[in-house]
Amino acid sequence: MKKSALFGALAATTMIVGAATAGTLDDVKARGELICGSNTGLTGFGMPDANGTWVGFDVALCRAVAAAVLGDPTKVKFVPTTGETRFTALASGEVDLLVRNSTWTYSRDNDLKLDFVAVNYYDGQGFMVKKDLGVSSAKELDGATVCIQTGTTTELNLADFFKFNNISYTPVTVQDDSEAQRQYLAGACDTYTTDASGLAAARATMADPENHIILPEIISKEPLGPVVRHGDNQWGDIVRWTFNALLIAEEKGITKANIEEVASTTTDPEIRRMLGLEGDYGKMMGLDNGAFKAAIMAGGNYGEIFEANIGSATPIGLARGLNALWTQGGLQYAAPFR
Amino acid sequence: MALATDVPKESFRLSMLIYDTRFRSITIQVVVLLLFLLLVGWLVDNTVQNLAAKDKDISFGFLWQRAGYDIEQQLIPYTNDSTHGRATIIGLLNTLAVAALGCVFATVIGVFAGVLRLSNNWIVGRLMTVYVEIFRNVPLLLWIILIFVVTSETQPAPSDFKVTAAMIEARAALAGAGTVAESAGLLDRITGIYVFSMPFFLWLVIGIGLVVASWQFAATRLAASGTTRALIPAAAAVVWIGLALTLFNDGLTRATETLAAQGTVQTEPANQKMLFDSTALTNRGAYVPAPILDRPLGGTEIATIPVNYSVLATLAVIALSVFANLALLRRARAIQEETGNRPTTWWQSLAILFLPTIALLWAMGFHLDIPAFATDEAGVSKGFNFQGGILVQHSFTALVVALSLYTGAFIAEIVRSGIMAISRGQSEAAFALGLRPGRTMNLIILPQALRVIIPPLISQYLNLTKNTSLGIAVSYLDLKGTLGGISLNQTGRELECMLLMMLIYLIISLLISSVMNVFNAAVKLKER
Repeated sequence: MKKSALFGALAATTMIVGAATAGTLDDVKARGELICGSNTGLTGFGMPDANGTWVGFDVALCRAVAAAVLGDPTKVKFVPTTGETRFTALASGEVDLLVRNSTWTYSRDNDLKLDFVAVNYYDGQGFMVKKDLGVSSAKELDGATVCIQTGTTTELNLADFFKFNNISYTPVTVQDDSEAQRQYLAGACDTYTTDASGLAAARATMADPENHIILPEIISKEPLGPVVRHGDNQWGDIVRWTFNALLIAEEKGITKANIEEVASTTTDPEIRRMLGLEGDYGKMMGLDNGAFKAAIMAGGNYGEIFEANIGSATPIGLARGLNALWTQGGLQYAAPFR
Repeated sequence: MALATDVPKESFRLSMLIYDTRFRSITIQVVVLLLFLLLVGWLVDNTVQNLAAKDKDISFGFLWQRAGYDIEQQLIPYTNDSTHGRATIIGLLNTLAVAALGCVFATVIGVFAGVLRLSNNWIVGRLMTVYVEIFRNVPLLLWIILIFVVTSETQPAPSDFKVTAAMIEARAALAGAGTVAESAGLLDRITGIYVFSMPFFLWLVIGIGLVVASWQFAATRLAASGTTRALIPAAAAVVWIGLALTLFNDGLTRATETLAAQGTVQTEPANQKMLFDSTALTNRGAYVPAPILDRPLGGTEIATIPVNYSVLATLAVIALSVFANLALLRRARAIQEETGNRPTTWWQSLAILFLPTIALLWAMGFHLDIPAFATDEAGVSKGFNFQGGILVQHSFTALVVALSLYTGAFIAEIVRSGIMAISRGQSEAAFALGLRPGRTMNLIILPQALRVIIPPLISQYLNLTKNTSLGIAVSYLDLKGTLGGISLNQTGRELECMLLMMLIYLIISLLISSVMNVFNAAVKLKER
């Protein structure tokens, strides 16, 4: 009797493990909650506010996906992950979706068996130094001690950059952004390197932002985007098109405030398709027809999310730059909703 | 009726496997083995299936790929062009360096603390109790982080050691004015002492400790009158105050003196190197002098691991010296046993032990490379860090210190238990022969206690070695940091990295315990 119970348990475990690898949409619907892998705390991109509610640029995308799938942007559980644990958390099924300043690279796409379904922020790696160090270019950093987060692409870019410019450095590897800031502020390293957006966010939280400068060199391409597991194409499509819907909404001037008005008055066929007023586009991917409308209502369009979390009016003060829409000279370009 | 021959020949029945005691034990073992094999099979099958579901294979090919990242502390050459396999070896050597140093220090600390805890001196005994209890009962991770934070946050940044252009100008101005610092008089030395400072506090605490300890020594060891007893602590106090007015005076008065003398212009950097201007303690680590040879003997590479002939030659000479010294002592003992007079050997020992090594080092052109900032013609420091010397990372120091103190506390208890296991009659017999307490401990008690001490000591060494993986908390790139950290992350080969890492730790642990078992076999009670 005991033995059969044991084998039953073993068999059940095997089946659960087997089942967890496909059908993320059904899992999320059955659970009634989206589990989103987020940063351990990066101001503007993803961290809990004073009330413990997660806010930020990456967080807003998670909420939009939750709104599209479950109809409620608050039904998200955020799991903080470090640079080292994030992909393991995704691959093991601990999180459904990873939106955590993760760079899309060839080996992550192929060797780690992950799918980067969109690019929500075009970034590049930069260096931050204290003003009194008297450095104005990254090429003057010969012999410097550099704080670097371990398990990131920046670690490899850094080695490449110094090697290419034939200068040397001493690395100080740290686990996360807060530890890096502590070491940098304490003077344990001369410069802190990470994505330029991350540097801007870090500087915004410092007591004396005016005493720190971000050097002009951007030494790498860092397309940051949401990641899903390889092999679950339906789930990947949902995330990709939720993001596209946010971009199209900005392009078409649909905002959180005017979406109801637009929905009732518009004659633009693309908007009507996207907001579920025409055709069965939501149902094509297993969602409600009003899914993308809900996604836009969650936090507004892409531009609104950008400005509210990291834009020029916030302490982080990032300009749109490469992340402007293609119509305004940027790279953000959504495929047509047809 | 002859029924006696009618004993039924019992045939084997299946139920006998359970009810017959001859077979039952075997049955149970077979069932347990089958269950165990099923469990293993299920685990392997589950792993293979899950890997297949994720479209992953098991391959150690990444060990030969370019690593692409840098490591701060490298005992053998490594660049970011080296392979992941090489990075693994670097990590392994870093692990072994911490483990080896930690084991040595922990043993020394543990033996001292263990012996002193049994001391008749009340203060020393209680102090050791406090040490053992504090370190044994607080998690090791907290000690590592505490020591790391204290060492890195309290030290100045390297830039505080730099000579700036403004300082050079100020020096020139002062030289022009012909200012010469006068040596301070006794009154200045007394009034200059800054009472509300950490150095003075330390001085005071150590001074009080000295006086109390010498008073106790006088009270317990000297059968003298009250005046003599009071004289010894008084002498200690006088010497200590004298030191404050001479040798320590600079340290105790600096805070006020520098402010008064320098005013607004600074002629010297905020911090100076210590130990004859050779070592700099910074918040990035300790820059210590590096040994450099002008005429090295060269070297070769065996399986990409460099072998340095100069180091080998030095080690060989040291080994030969020790060996020769042993021969000398043996001869002295033979003469002593024959004639009763022991020849004087101390100067011969010193000569044999040190002269050949010194001669070899001199021949190879040994000197120290002292860390210093690069300077331009005017003497203004350039660059971000000290050049030359060796940088001992704070993460390394914190790990070695915390592991030694923590494991030392356990070893102290083991040593204490070993000593207490020796019957009191042994030390009484030694005292009866006229041996002093120190010699009794070294010659009679400790050698016997070793037999009790060594088996639990093995497990402490194993603990210490495995605990080095906690270095991840202070970003020390040991085996866990390289193979199990960055390599794992950059290649995404979790299973392979974890298996390899477990295998390496297993091999290290088995090696340590087999070496210690050989040692144990050598010292244990010989039963003939």
